Amino acid sequence: MSDLRNPLQRARGLGSAKSGVGHWWMQRMTAVALVVLSIWFVLTLLSMLHADFATAHAMLAKPWNAVLMIAFTTSMFWHAQLGLQVVIEDYVHTRWLEVSLMVLVKLLAVLFALACALAVLRVALAG
Amino acid sequence: MAEFTLPKNSKIQPGKHHPAKDAKKPRTFKIYRWSPDDGQNPRMDTFEVDMASCGPMVLDALLKIKNEIDSTLTLRRSCREGICGSCAMNIDGTNTLACTKAIDDCKGGEVSIYPLPHMPVVKDLVPDLTHFYAQFASIKPWLRTQSPAPSDAERLQSPEDRKKLDGLYECILCACCSTSCPSYWWNGDKYLGPAILLQAYRWIADSRDEDTGERLDDLEDPFKLYRCHTIMNCARTCPKGLNPAKAIAEIKKLIVERRSA
Repeated sequence: MSDLRNPLQRARGLGSAKSGVGHWWMQRMTAVALVVLSIWFVLTLLSMLHADFATAHAMLAKPWNAVLMIAFTTSMFWHAQLGLQVVIEDYVHTRWLEVSLMVLVKLLAVLFALACALAVLRVALAG
Repeated sequence: MAEFTLPKNSKIQPGKHHPAKDAKKPRTFKIYRWSPDDGQNPRMDTFEVDMASCGPMVLDALLKIKNEIDSTLTLRRSCREGICGSCAMNIDGTNTLACTKAIDDCKGGEVSIYPLPHMPVVKDLVPDLTHFYAQFASIKPWLRTQSPAPSDAERLQSPEDRKKLDGLYECILCACCSTSCPSYWWNGDKYLGPAILLQAYRWIADSRDEDTGERLDDLEDPFKLYRCHTIMNCARTCPKGLNPAKAIAEIKKLIVERRSA
């Protein structure tokens, strides 16, 4: 009530960030990639039902399987990070908490993606 | 954080009961009441109205209550035919216009009536739409051109191009859609909401407008536009049967179209 600003000043705010389409597009691109890669992942798992460790190890060590596996884990963490960002922006309005959570989520996503990639590479390159 | 419970002074209390004496066809209305003047919490008043002497629409019942039972009941209304958008309120769980909502279409025995959700309340069923209107002004909702106006004619538009405005021009800015949208509830300070985005697209889709790029520039923002998560409450609640979610999707498509994939 004691705010003397014109309502238009508040509505215009800081103006347009002139970005956001990149995030929106990548969310859809990773989603499409995950549809294909998830099907491959589930089929691969099914094909290894009752297999022993050595068989599974050899399966993952095949170049194409290793590549697809890294693609799967990377796009999964990328997509998860984009989605969590939206959730945080939607619901967390305490600015310091919002920024901290966002940084934490992004760093963890990168860390997990790297860890997954390294794990697959160690199997694939172990010879 | 987003607030999921009402603050203490907004918690709704039980209110007064106004029974109808010797009513032939009584129908019960539960109506949200709040006055800025008495320092009380909001309350739900119960009114029994005789349908035998009442018009068919919810607005008829509200005006009958105001005329015959409690003249302090406060609401906006003007055209009583669904074109001004003044009497937008939450009736029977859905945002709609009181003047075009038939009482017979309300499910259950009691008809509950609240102001539009998640807006500051001025009094009773009157929400404060100041920010909503300011957001509308912020998209500069008029024909913006670079070329000089023709000296002896209007700016012409082919029937095909005119058709592209169908489903957009009918919007009466009643705010039913925006106030039904969870994204607008949580981020309405920055998110423009379905009504304003549909209006923005109405000018983007207009073949005579020459400021399309600037309009898209102004909308491309994580909050102004991309808070739309296609929840679709807007399309479900629109009393004019419009589809703001589709208009928003068209804006997103155009923003993708002008960049490289």
